[in-house]
Amino acid sequence: MRAEARLVAEADGHGGTRLSTVYGEPPLLPRRTGHQQNQTAAEVHLVGGAAGPLGGDDLRIHLTVGAGAHLVVRTIAASLAQPSHPPAPSTLTITARVAAGAILDWLPEPTVAVRGCDHLSRSIVDLNEGATLRWREELVAGRHAEAPGDLRLETTVRYAGRTILRHDLAIGPRAKGWHAMLGRAAGTLLLVGKDAATAGPRAVNRMPLACGPAALVSATGPDARTVRAALDEGAANTLAHDPDAKPGNWRKG
Amino acid sequence: MRPDNRAVRIGIGGPVGSGKTALVAALCRLLAGELRLAVVTNDIYTTEDADFLRRAGVLPDDRIRAVETGCCPHTAIRDDISANLDAVEELEDRLGPLDLVLVESGGDNLTATFSKGLVDHQIFVVDVAGGDKVPRKGGPGVTTADLLVINKTDLAPLVGADLGVMARDARARRGDLPTVFLSLVGEPGAAPVADWVRERVAEPHHTPRDHDPAPAHTHGP
Amino acid sequence: MSLSTLLVLADGRLPSGAHAHSGGVEAAVSAGRIHDLPTLESFLVGRTATTGTVAAAFAAATCRALTSGRSGVGTVPHARDEATPSDGDGARLAERVAALDDGIDVRTASPALRVASRAQGRALLRAVTRIWPAATNPAGPNPHHPIATGIAAAAAGLGPGDAALVAVYGGLTGSASAAVRLLGLDPYAVHALVARLAPECDRVAADAAARADDPVDDLPAGSAILLDLDAEQHAIWEVRLFAS
Repeated sequence: MRAEARLVAEADGHGGTRLSTVYGEPPLLPRRTGHQQNQTAAEVHLVGGAAGPLGGDDLRIHLTVGAGAHLVVRTIAASLAQPSHPPAPSTLTITARVAAGAILDWLPEPTVAVRGCDHLSRSIVDLNEGATLRWREELVAGRHAEAPGDLRLETTVRYAGRTILRHDLAIGPRAKGWHAMLGRAAGTLLLVGKDAATAGPRAVNRMPLACGPAALVSATGPDARTVRAALDEGAANTLAHDPDAKPGNWRKG
Repeated sequence: MRPDNRAVRIGIGGPVGSGKTALVAALCRLLAGELRLAVVTNDIYTTEDADFLRRAGVLPDDRIRAVETGCCPHTAIRDDISANLDAVEELEDRLGPLDLVLVESGGDNLTATFSKGLVDHQIFVVDVAGGDKVPRKGGPGVTTADLLVINKTDLAPLVGADLGVMARDARARRGDLPTVFLSLVGEPGAAPVADWVRERVAEPHHTPRDHDPAPAHTHGP
Repeated sequence: MSLSTLLVLADGRLPSGAHAHSGGVEAAVSAGRIHDLPTLESFLVGRTATTGTVAAAFAAATCRALTSGRSGVGTVPHARDEATPSDGDGARLAERVAALDDGIDVRTASPALRVASRAQGRALLRAVTRIWPAATNPAGPNPHHPIATGIAAAAAGLGPGDAALVAVYGGLTGSASAAVRLLGLDPYAVHALVARLAPECDRVAADAAARADDPVDDLPAGSAILLDLDAEQHAIWEVRLFAS
């Protein structure tokens, strides 16, 4: 299945955020959900995530955040990357553009690599100088006690035209020795913003990147809950941190 | 030839427990007032020796660098000296011109010696408690070090070590190379070694080793 | 290409500071994740597929940039073979190598690993400039280790595939030898493991050479979160045997 979703957020001129485009094709169904604690942000949940991606899917999500706007995107449940019959690879491509003075929070639930899946999730994020970003990626190797299929998250983040983070997280049969490098569940939370790299006290798993006002919070663990708690802990004390996140509150945070 | 702008580098080696760190601390106390001085330590436990020197208050923290040796202290001073060279050069870059850098090896055995690519002179420290036959056993450290220090002479009566035998064997092994008997618990302490070090620093450049250029930087940033 | 020269560069006894780095093994041993041969094997396989593959790709790309004007070097013909070296070429070369060095920076989240990589790069460069004084180094005194490896291979008259092999094989044997020292594992059994993984090094190196001209963002970027987290912990240990 081929499907596309587009979200465009703009400043509403009154200190808040207006969604000028909320478009999605099944299974990418965006729902405006408001944002409880933060009146200035617009929040969207992608509600179709649990159904896939399925082998053969080609899914695209485009996010645009204009100057002064704050967009929060979440999914309502973990995505299960599943195989198809006959087997075919699935891809999810996420592109995001964030203007100066804008904030994007991409905080989806984890992607679970179901046995036999062959999924690639590719993210390309372009930040103008002065943009703020929270970008979370989490993966889980199979459902309970299940050997995972191939799941690969490829991420490129640019700030002011310069690449500041390039990393691929891969699990499954093609990713040799993955369990010794990532563990059964793993995740990263990229923080880009004024104090992302410098806020103290510095958590050991919040690592200032070489370029840009950016830090990568990383975690691994036996399950998604442990990983989420460690990501939230690592991001605590940063202005770039999600105000809704509470350690251990992995559905919401 | 040692270039004008580089410190004299003296290696201090010897078996575990022979008193290398205590000697380095004593030399720092005696020399820090008159020489621009820094120390690189190679103990297997990287911070131990450096901490000892800091606690002894003999040198400011920023004049002491610890080098990790990957379980191979002799490799770090002899076969692959790059980490030590980096440490020495970093100290010289950061602190400005120095007169003397002491490079203390990790505790090793009688075969450990410093590469001439790393140090200009070396001191080998053994102690009487290790047995009075150590000089007779020889080995590259005892035989070739520019100065042999036989340490802890105050313990000789307690361990039944015959200093006369040690002196005779050292002479037999070392020919004209000097040997010093030392006890750091009383007077004159490390003064004889400090005198020897002063002479080395005062010498015009007559060292046989080549200068190690910093890594090339032909163009670019 | 000289096989003997390749051996000189790949020899663990090359004085390039490698013995003081465990490739993450010391921290993994301390965390209990490596404690015997099977756990070492998983670690080495995973490390080769992530960090090792990245190092190979960047070593190959650096070597390619430095040797592309040279005839008879490298495995793939290159468009610039015909070109006469000029100032413009020099600038392009320096720009490409700087971009590759940045590429390692943005693939290395852990500050401790960035420091360790540059320390090893500096040490390797020190050896290279003493052994091959005519070495061309457009990268400054502290390049990342894979960049220095590419510079070393080019200085030695080797090609991109050789550079990649030195990078991935050096990472493998460095880690394996640290495990022997830290755990007292049977050195024959560990070397049997290294020998079993050697064909994988060949495969990684061949792939790296084939991609040596790719844009930096397209080069391998396999991330090993546990290596990052371990390195950050290791860097603040009170007492450690290895620099990384």
